[in-house]
Amino acid sequence: MEALLSLVIGLQTAGGIYLVLRRRTFSVIIGTALLTYAVNLFLFASGRLAVNLPPIYSPDVTSYTDPLPQALVLTAIVISFGMTAVVVLIALGAYLESDIDHIDLRRKAGDIDSDPDEIPWEQDPHDPGLEDPKGDFE
Amino acid sequence: MSHWIIAPVVLPALMAAVMAMAMRHDVVLQRVFSLALSLTLIAIAGGLFIATLDGTVHIYQLGDWVAPFGIVLVLDRLSAMMLLLTSLLSVGIVLYVMGSDWDRRGWHFHALFAFQLMGVNGAFLTGDAFNLFVFFEVLLIASYGLMIHAGGGMRLRAGLQYVVMNLAGSTLFLFAMGTLYAVTGTLNMADMAVKVQALDPGDQALLRTGGMLLAIVFGIKAAAFPVQFWLIGTYSNAPAPVAAFFAIMTKVGAYAILRMYSLVFTPEAIAVDTFFHEMLMPAGLLTLLIGAVGVFGAKLLPRLAAFSVLASMGTLLIAISIGTPAGTTAALYYLVHSTFAAAALFLVLDLVADSQGPTTRAPGGLVASLFFVAAIAVCGMPPLSGFIGKLLVLDAARSDPLWPVVWVVILASSLLLILGFTLRGSRYFWKPLDPDFANPANLDPDGNPVPAHPIRPLAIVGACVPIGLLLLFTLGSGPAMEHFSQTAAQLFDTNAYIEAVLGPQEAH
Repeated sequence: MEALLSLVIGLQTAGGIYLVLRRRTFSVIIGTALLTYAVNLFLFASGRLAVNLPPIYSPDVTSYTDPLPQALVLTAIVISFGMTAVVVLIALGAYLESDIDHIDLRRKAGDIDSDPDEIPWEQDPHDPGLEDPKGDFE
Repeated sequence: MSHWIIAPVVLPALMAAVMAMAMRHDVVLQRVFSLALSLTLIAIAGGLFIATLDGTVHIYQLGDWVAPFGIVLVLDRLSAMMLLLTSLLSVGIVLYVMGSDWDRRGWHFHALFAFQLMGVNGAFLTGDAFNLFVFFEVLLIASYGLMIHAGGGMRLRAGLQYVVMNLAGSTLFLFAMGTLYAVTGTLNMADMAVKVQALDPGDQALLRTGGMLLAIVFGIKAAAFPVQFWLIGTYSNAPAPVAAFFAIMTKVGAYAILRMYSLVFTPEAIAVDTFFHEMLMPAGLLTLLIGAVGVFGAKLLPRLAAFSVLASMGTLLIAISIGTPAGTTAALYYLVHSTFAAAALFLVLDLVADSQGPTTRAPGGLVASLFFVAAIAVCGMPPLSGFIGKLLVLDAARSDPLWPVVWVVILASSLLLILGFTLRGSRYFWKPLDPDFANPANLDPDGNPVPAHPIRPLAIVGACVPIGLLLLFTLGSGPAMEHFSQTAAQLFDTNAYIEAVLGPQEAH
């Protein structure tokens, strides 16, 4: 059981990290969701894995499973649920306001920290084309 | 057990709910309550601050559950000082928001601000590691709302980046908590400190992993190299008063580092040794260098201010990583100074933007003078407290084997900061007045420069609050240093903290 659980957590984390490093917001959001699933399982396992044991102490039972990680997971689930809702709304707002769903801030060269006195930047034919992204989903 | 200890958490939570539900359509009423909240918090934090002056560590057991089974709030010199700092800063920001009408540009500014105060105060008070995570989330979710206040495409995109970065950080925090709980079987910081000292040799590697994950999380909050990159986009695109309040958010990360690595992951623990301090020193040096080079190269004022925050965090991390009482004293002094200085700078830059409007004309003399004072404070030049703070850090660094590097980096970066502020200052305040360079749009038909927009007096008052506090802090440096050295001594005396939380301990 330990091997299976650690494999699942590892795969979810790897998938989550890969998606978080993508450029489009949609993949990034799915990636953060995957990461939170992985961490929930991980927290659950931090109280050691036990089968068929009660989480509450009573005089009749000789052994019980640790109830604290279950409470922690509950807190973590609530928080990550709320955070995912927030990040989806902000991503949607950002996309609708600026017509671009890239996670990085630059839109065109000189956009971030332009000198107010400088001549406006002109389209460079050799620019990799941050304005018109290609190849993210193909 | 005094119930006042939980007031800095409960009061903003209640007020935020009232402001969001009952006064959502009445900005004036929200302003009155928001200002009253900040002033009340100053009074409460001041009272708590006085209660810690005799060196006792007060604890508050929630639901009267005995630690380590229940959650405890712990009030010692450090947390009381941070509470007072937060409440003092919040008054200036609320006044500025009222004066500049930032709260009319979007919804629920004051409610979100109160929630953020709740999270920050809770993070400073809690004595439970998982509770620290929860308060981090409270302050973060409020900061997401504040960050995108008033909207705009660029701000929303910067906000999205900020949220994703912190979501990843929160996930790491949970991984760290899970690891530490699996190793030590507790989440109470004091109990964890006891368990770490008497750990199985086989569990040392896991403990070190947990501690390292936690260091990355706090590094993200404190904008330490190599996880500093989110700060620039966030701070330069956030609404100015929000960016000013974020000055305390990076300090929450610095506070968490100070707390966890002086209490739990102390050099006395076998698995830890001086590992974290050795890691933190290069991180601090590189953060400072990146910040200074950024200030030197930044062309727009908000980005300049964001890089200067990065530089101040670098200096602070260097001071923390020295790891001696003198280093921690210098760190605490610099922490208070850099909070006020960064807040002052962001508020003054918003005054500059307001008086310029869409043009590039020069702001008036009052705004220019305020910028001058804020720039002196941020660069760390005499006579303000930044100079004393850097001097203290340099002095404390003499005990460190890396001291030549520390001296070179701090002195060189100070020079870069001064050059950067001089360049941008002359560009924004002098060049528009020069007839040879002036933009035709800034001149009236006779060729004279157009005067700047007038600024509302209340906004000036709000921006003057952190500057005034900075002046007071400089004047009171002597007593403040006395207090900070006692605070550092209390931080290094972990037994007093542990015994206050868990009761008398047997000697190991």
